[in-house]
Amino acid sequence: VDELHRLRVTFSKGEPIKYLAHLDLHRTWERTFRRAGLPVAHSKGYTPRPRFQMAAALPVGITGEAELLDVWLTEPLPPDAALGRLRASVPAGLRVLAAAEVPLNLPALQSQLRAAEYHAEIETAESPEAIQVRMDGLLDAVSLPRQRRHKGRWQTVDLRPRIHALSLAAQPVPGKVVLHMRLQASPEGAGRPDEVLDALGLMVSPHRVRRTRLVFVFDK
Amino acid sequence: VIVPQALLDRILPHVQKPARYTGGEWNSIVRDWDAYDVRVALVFPDVYEIGMSNLGLTILYDILNHQPGVLAERVFAPWVDMEGAMRAAGMPLFSLETRHALTDFDLIGLSLPYEQLFTNVLNLLDLAGLPVRAAERDEQHPSVVAGGAAAFNPEPMADFIDAFVLGEGEEVVLELVAALRATRGQGRDDRLRALAQIRGVYVPSLYAVRHRDDGTVAEVVPLVPEAPPRVVKRVVATLPPPVTRPIVPFLETVHNRAPIEIQRGCGRGCRFCHAGMVYRPVRERPVDEVVAAVEELVANTGFEEVALLSLSSSDHAGVERLVRELVARLGHTHLSISLPSLRIESVSVELMEQLQATGRRGGFTFAPEAATERLRAVINKPIPDGELLAVAEEVFRRGWKTIKLYFMIGQPTQTLDDVAAIVDLARRVRQMGRQTVGRRTQVNVGVSTFVPKPHTPFQWVPLADLGEIRAQIALLKERLRGPGLKLNWNDPQETLLEAVLARGDRRLGAVIHRAWELGARFDAWSEQFRFDVWRQAFGERGIHPDYYARRERPADETLPWDHLDPGVSNAFLWRDYQASLQGETRPACREQCTACGIVRVFREERASVADGAWVCPPV
Repeated sequence: VDELHRLRVTFSKGEPIKYLAHLDLHRTWERTFRRAGLPVAHSKGYTPRPRFQMAAALPVGITGEAELLDVWLTEPLPPDAALGRLRASVPAGLRVLAAAEVPLNLPALQSQLRAAEYHAEIETAESPEAIQVRMDGLLDAVSLPRQRRHKGRWQTVDLRPRIHALSLAAQPVPGKVVLHMRLQASPEGAGRPDEVLDALGLMVSPHRVRRTRLVFVFDK
Repeated sequence: VIVPQALLDRILPHVQKPARYTGGEWNSIVRDWDAYDVRVALVFPDVYEIGMSNLGLTILYDILNHQPGVLAERVFAPWVDMEGAMRAAGMPLFSLETRHALTDFDLIGLSLPYEQLFTNVLNLLDLAGLPVRAAERDEQHPSVVAGGAAAFNPEPMADFIDAFVLGEGEEVVLELVAALRATRGQGRDDRLRALAQIRGVYVPSLYAVRHRDDGTVAEVVPLVPEAPPRVVKRVVATLPPPVTRPIVPFLETVHNRAPIEIQRGCGRGCRFCHAGMVYRPVRERPVDEVVAAVEELVANTGFEEVALLSLSSSDHAGVERLVRELVARLGHTHLSISLPSLRIESVSVELMEQLQATGRRGGFTFAPEAATERLRAVINKPIPDGELLAVAEEVFRRGWKTIKLYFMIGQPTQTLDDVAAIVDLARRVRQMGRQTVGRRTQVNVGVSTFVPKPHTPFQWVPLADLGEIRAQIALLKERLRGPGLKLNWNDPQETLLEAVLARGDRRLGAVIHRAWELGARFDAWSEQFRFDVWRQAFGERGIHPDYYARRERPADETLPWDHLDPGVSNAFLWRDYQASLQGETRPACREQCTACGIVRVFREERASVADGAWVCPPV
């Protein structure tokens, strides 16, 4: 077996494609790699699939500003060359920000992820103070049990330990508030921004959420 | 009117699969709206995932967007949740490319591939804010033109559509654009008369239908000199170059792959088959053109699968060389190549084996359609039982574990014995698999109900009785079980609606309108189909569905679509129907010309191309 090469790609998922589900984005990357002519390695077995992994699924409707994926190549390719080819092959809304070769023996990105930071802009007539009171209540709670539907079954998930930080930005425009969230995102489980907004009673208000950063073990 | 993104952002988080409504796919074409003078909305009246699998839409989108001054954008039917949200928000139906309201376009080009989409068409016109009835629209409104397989009998939709295109759209669509330019600023009547003068275009409001006392059609007569007494379909003499930059959908569509048409038309002459009659003549795309196009397609789209499309792939004279070349050139690239619509013959198994080297090994699908040699002669799909079993054995021997067999029930002259034979045949095939491969072999049987279609040799025959169909399905359900056997069937009530609409006349417009008012839409979706609504609509309009679906039509009856000419003559169809009742088969076009009428009607087109370009004999 020839030596493989592992390329780590930083990308953003923008407004035009924020409604793509994770699987759709996965398929989009497969086709982007093929259009770009990257020498992507394939899995063995009955149905060979291109070998690449995204660090974390992005919930539908949320943009991501610094997402990561690893892709395995069968031939060495200078990261700048890969970057150029990918940029010419991504659909509108997907931007390739950086590419770097990383050692093959690094653990999978998913296993290294710890948290994700979100920026939520909410249209509301409520005062920031009123929202702050509810946020304090959320942060003071010992547990925040919530129902999640997983593979057709309802299960209870405690949201509280999954909220690492929650704060209100200075109000930029009247009628809007901006929330910063740092939520757990690790193999043990993830906090979801929509659940936090729901717990704050803000889901019904028009809102726009961006994932601004993924926090990995190696970031510390 | 452009639907604002902010408004859409309030709705989309609350609907299923929001990416159905956002466009932006690779190879989608977004033009500067103001820089184009003819704007066409290409509308497919079903959801995105189905519409995006339609080759006709892909072709017309490509042609129109590369025509000077013309832009084309896509519109699909919003699913029921999105429709509810749009109506609640007062949001009009909009295009995916620039989110313009449908009313901003000059031409609405509707695809009508099957009858169960009729109510969706009304719903889409209504969602666009257009009067649903053509007579209530004026020159301020876009022209509404429909084409596709169901347009060969468009009479049930005559109240709602300005003009129908019969046959292939590649050339006529440009003539439509020219006619719209030429009549800009003129009244609606002038525009319709201009459209009626285009060959292959049928403007129903320019014809009067007179009925006899018994309700049958007496005659269909043009009301103006511009309307020809007979409208002959359009064909392209040479297949235009294939589209090599099709849109790459983000969503998982029904056929999520790069399509390339390797052959158009089918000369097998299966008597039940609408496509086989209305898409004649048979024209092959040269092997080298296909090979070059496949390479371009893969480079331009990144699709992991290419489908070589035709109505009967193994009939293409160069198919073996085609497959050999594709595998040689692309076999190492993890590209899978699919070849649907294979005939039951050993060459099919060899072709599939070569293609499997490139990708996954799924099931093997055959459509014998009938389980006895007698009935297969009646429908003109002759193949001896022995050959069928030999091919099945070959399939198993080469390593496939699953064979899918498709059958129809309710075909003319079919008896319960023919249905019981489906069970026997499936069991024999499964037994073959057990002996050849072992226990893990599977035979999946798909059963659909035969629907008589216009312009086919069976256009005169009644749809089978509902009770009989139910008894046949019950028999299959009872007997076709056991290890390695699986049965799928479809709802006979959906079949009844299809049968009524397929051979209906203009009086059905009132029923379609009423059914839509009562909430009928997505009639092709079992979970949305509401037969009670249709029953009520038929009742209120005083029309009995059996009159259209279950009446044996005599030879001398004027059929509602007799003024619409697909090139295959009624005389041929009647002769072929009579032959079928005698159990006589007819050779495929390739073996011997059966004088169906195509060459007579399209003599000029035939003469314009090389002898080998069509399967029809040279003139």
